[in-house]
Amino acid sequence: MRPDKSFQGLILALHAFWADKGCVVLQPYDMEVGAGTFHPATTLRALGPKPWKAAYVQPSRRPKDGRYGENPNRLQHYYQYQVILKPSPANLQELYLASLEAIGIDLRLHDVRFVEDDWESPTLGAWGLGWECWCDGMEVSQFTYFQQVAGIECAPVSGELTYGLERLAMYVQGVENVYDLNFNGREGDEKVTYGDVFLQAEKEYSRHNFEHADTAMLLEQFRMAESAAAKYLEAGWSDDRSRHLMAQPAYDQCIKASHVFNLLDARGVISVTERQSYILRVRELAKACGAAWLATEAGGTPA
Amino acid sequence: MPDLLLELFCEEIPARMQAGAADSLKKLVTDALVERGLLYEGAKAFVTPRRLALAVHGLPASQPDTHEERKGPRVGAPQAAIDGFLKASGLASIDQAKIESDPKKGEFYVAHLHRHGRPTPEVIAEIVPAIIRAFPWPKSMRWGTGSLRWVRPLQSIVCTFGPETEEPEVVPFEIDGLRSGDVTRGHRFLSSGAIRVRRLDDWMTKLEAAFVVVDRERRKDIILADARDLALAHGLELVEDAGLLDEISGLVEWPVVLIGAFDEGFLDVPDEVIRATIRANQKCFVLNDPKTGRLANRFILVSNLAAKDGGDAIVAGNGRVIRARLSDAKFFWDTDKKTNATVPLADRLAKFQNVTFHEKLGSQFARIERIAALAKTLAPLVGADPALAEQAALYAKADLRTEVVGEFPEVQGLMGKYYARLEGLPEEIALAAEEHYKPQGPADRVPVAPVSVAVALADKLDTLVGFWAIDEKPTGSKDPYALRRAALGLVRIVLDNGLRLKLSEFVEPDLLAFFADRLKVHLRESGARHDLVDAVFALEGQDDLLLVVKRVEALGRFLRTEDGKNLLAGTKRAANILRIEEKKDGVSYGGGVDITLLHEPEERALADAIAKAGPLIATALSAEDFEGAMGVMASLRAPVDAFFEKVTVNAEDKALRANRLALLADIRAITRQVADFERIEG
Repeated sequence: MRPDKSFQGLILALHAFWADKGCVVLQPYDMEVGAGTFHPATTLRALGPKPWKAAYVQPSRRPKDGRYGENPNRLQHYYQYQVILKPSPANLQELYLASLEAIGIDLRLHDVRFVEDDWESPTLGAWGLGWECWCDGMEVSQFTYFQQVAGIECAPVSGELTYGLERLAMYVQGVENVYDLNFNGREGDEKVTYGDVFLQAEKEYSRHNFEHADTAMLLEQFRMAESAAAKYLEAGWSDDRSRHLMAQPAYDQCIKASHVFNLLDARGVISVTERQSYILRVRELAKACGAAWLATEAGGTPA
Repeated sequence: MPDLLLELFCEEIPARMQAGAADSLKKLVTDALVERGLLYEGAKAFVTPRRLALAVHGLPASQPDTHEERKGPRVGAPQAAIDGFLKASGLASIDQAKIESDPKKGEFYVAHLHRHGRPTPEVIAEIVPAIIRAFPWPKSMRWGTGSLRWVRPLQSIVCTFGPETEEPEVVPFEIDGLRSGDVTRGHRFLSSGAIRVRRLDDWMTKLEAAFVVVDRERRKDIILADARDLALAHGLELVEDAGLLDEISGLVEWPVVLIGAFDEGFLDVPDEVIRATIRANQKCFVLNDPKTGRLANRFILVSNLAAKDGGDAIVAGNGRVIRARLSDAKFFWDTDKKTNATVPLADRLAKFQNVTFHEKLGSQFARIERIAALAKTLAPLVGADPALAEQAALYAKADLRTEVVGEFPEVQGLMGKYYARLEGLPEEIALAAEEHYKPQGPADRVPVAPVSVAVALADKLDTLVGFWAIDEKPTGSKDPYALRRAALGLVRIVLDNGLRLKLSEFVEPDLLAFFADRLKVHLRESGARHDLVDAVFALEGQDDLLLVVKRVEALGRFLRTEDGKNLLAGTKRAANILRIEEKKDGVSYGGGVDITLLHEPEERALADAIAKAGPLIATALSAEDFEGAMGVMASLRAPVDAFFEKVTVNAEDKALRANRLALLADIRAITRQVADFERIEG
């Protein structure tokens, strides 16, 4: 499986590389999220004192980015490859560059640059400093040192790498249209393209996201997720409020609320002023979940 | 004399912060050295994406020795006083103090404190870590398990000190586990391994050999020269862009300039859009074709790598990204043209009802309507057709809803112009769409077409009046809505076009004062004296900027003459005396001179001159003949001078004194017809 011949080969090469660096290779989180950062393996594990290294692919949904399969670069569903290293090692940049070599990018032939890009997620109450990584003028990754997540200072600081897999694959395969990507590395009859796998889905979901998603239901779902999160958070606290026993189920509801908000936004039913208040509501959930996580064992509170 | 070399090596520093960081490092270190008695001959800072460095040349090997004599209590003073003295002066016992005597105080103790200057490296080892910890980055971060903050993770520090002829020593210090040393690294990809450095020249030479040009200005020179050459070799001209050059020089340690091409079909898209796409997203230069006067289908990129294939892969990669970006831009441009052909832009204004301009200032739609009404009102004052000005204002913001402007906000206005022309609207409307945003900065031109002027004034006035009403005025360095720029823009439009506008009809006094401030800044930049502007604005009802400037200019010329200088001195003298005497007497003088009490010929002459000059000045001023008014003022100089020379104001006789003070008040009053002379410096 050569990383420059197939989409799955690229993923496998990254798995092999980061597994070799001591990361736990996780599977995608089983909920709809807007980015790999939402996976609890990043959001929650970035909090608290315990070291953590993980790598995984995360299918990411951005309902507004749907283009009915007509734009060669934009998708409402795509894959991010996410690496989180806590504490961020001193040689994180070197590790990242070595991972590019591992997927076939010759660093004496291609111009790789770290260009300022400060990352912020208003819904997660998170921000960090870092770069977008350019390869010959194309942004192929995001590189961030988390400073704050869920409104809580990160100490130690995690380093987060996010590879845009489709872009990177288009680059190494030399393909101009995402749907032309070779997915399985076979040729002729056995070849499966990215379009074979996802083009129909892009069309269907674009219709759904922009035209048919049931907004009354979604508005209700947002409220339900919000109140469920509050309920689970409250129920999870020990009597003396020193420990929390249900941070992750509560956080699931936060993820749900965030995705429902994105769908509502794509349907254009949220005004500019309301938008801000929805973001704040999700952020409040994220903050409460982060605080709860710190009171769990994995969050650094011994049993 | 020894030199200091300091290099702070870190992960990539944002380009926009580099120049400021170099200046700060130089200032902070040299100030700290000087403060500690370490004078130097020269200093130069360097910055690349990965290093911030400073060389300080000609430092002494140690601080100068100091000697201080500290006087203590008299001999035989209470023990508490002696103990206090010992503690304050650092002496171990009173025997170490000398006894001196003074005819008044008698015998007392004196501590002679000699301090040996500390060796310079010791001082450096103390100041550099403190500077690193408190470095003024616009944004800084932590990393790993540490608590140190830097712009991005700090990886190593070179700090050496020593004379030119000898092996310099490492100035040892540690900061968050990072030890200073004499080892650096070269280019990320073109060099490998540690590089030991001694001092500035050695550091520069070795880094250059390791593919790092440490001097930012030199990188800029290289990029510019190579880009021009490469353009020339293709028969094209580089479209120069100082901001882009600045940014690019902060993204590379080893600039390699390359040229690439894109499909000619993209040239359908307006040049400005192509340039905005290529500049903003790809940080590449575009090229002009002198044969067509338009952009060529080429771009210049600056890579950070001398690639082993000569850059072919880099050019191909960048070309692909630019192609994708231009396809987007072309798609937006074509979509806009198609949409506008079906529903003209101006018919889509209603959509602005859903766009908030500012939470407290309502929708963009309401704002457009306000601007249109104002443009209509202003039109006759600037020589524009009111209906056309209103129509142009309604159209001016319409392009904000187009795809191209949505993607590239920097071409707002310009796209409005193109779309207006495509729709066959009058050229005045097309021009106003582009020009009503002008002037954007000091280098930008001022609109002169009357319709553009009307819309530009209306746009700026509405912005200023609105933000003033909700109390969002600029404070200190904070001016998020660029209100200073808007006010200065208005000032320039008024002056450059010679417009007569009574601003108080449009703005409240506080905002008028803001215009006065902007006018001062503007005039100061063109060499006028700000105190003269103050002196004119201090008068009642000065709300016509053009007249204010004319008056300031006439006043400036008058004050350069002998008559002007002397009259100013005389008026100030009169005002000073009045201020003192009025305070003393608790009354305000003025309200007329009693001629029967004028005894001396000089005071009679002065009273006559003032009586004659008053109406003449008033007539000249009402005819806006400021030169004429100044000419009349000049006639006052001789009588004022003579008065002060011959007449005693503070006469014994109370009535006489009061009358003379009233005469002084008349001097003050008559000069105030022209300007408040008390506010003029000199």
